Amino acid sequence: MRIKAKLKGDKANIKVLIKHDMESGRRKDEAGNVVPAKFVQTITAHVGETQVFEANIGPGVSKNPFLELNLTSRAAGDAVVFKWVDSTGDTLEETVTL
Amino acid sequence: MSLTRRGMLKRIIAGSAVVMVPFGAFAEWMESAFKADSYSAALAAMGAEGAVPSDKISLVAPEIAENGAVVPVQVSSTLDDIESISLFVEKNPNPMTAEFKMFPGLEPDFKVRVRMGETSKVIAVVKAGGKAYTAESEVKVTIGGCGG
Repeated sequence: MRIKAKLKGDKANIKVLIKHDMESGRRKDEAGNVVPAKFVQTITAHVGETQVFEANIGPGVSKNPFLELNLTSRAAGDAVVFKWVDSTGDTLEETVTL
Repeated sequence: MSLTRRGMLKRIIAGSAVVMVPFGAFAEWMESAFKADSYSAALAAMGAEGAVPSDKISLVAPEIAENGAVVPVQVSSTLDDIESISLFVEKNPNPMTAEFKMFPGLEPDFKVRVRMGETSKVIAVVKAGGKAYTAESEVKVTIGGCGG
């Protein structure tokens, strides 16, 4: 996961790029075998105990999903913890500090 | 069936629970909506039937996408009491593409890149104040993004 955050006043613009193939379960490989579905389903963000973001996505989102969001009432030093979970249960967490 | 006070209370509680569910903010991937194979079925699955067009939703998508595999979409809204913002690609095999839940301190303004198999409408559905609103934009796709 690559996360870029820009804090302007109390507003944080955050760009998230997740490295993931987003296999829909409809694609066939070169040998003609169906590639099993494996795609990111949920992306959340928390600051401390407080949830500040949640996106649920399907395989209609492009390979290597890119998201951009904006948080308000934030301050320099806030740690925003992003986490994704895919359809097979794989998960990854990464923190960006504003 | 006798209408006792306790029975009535139970029914009221059960009734309000049913009303709460479609608009509740719970962390769950809505399988029935994401796996629906038509826009109308997905809309029904997420409890947003009868969504009405609104000019308080801004949906920005390219008029022409040369590569359907990566189509940038931005959605924002000035509606009050937004609960969620969802995106659909009408002609994709599973139209429901993304759902953003709202939280205090999160702006209703998101960007995401979507796949489009063919020329189609991109539709935003915003749930706000217990109602559902829509905006749409047509995107012409020259090379589809859903095949191998």
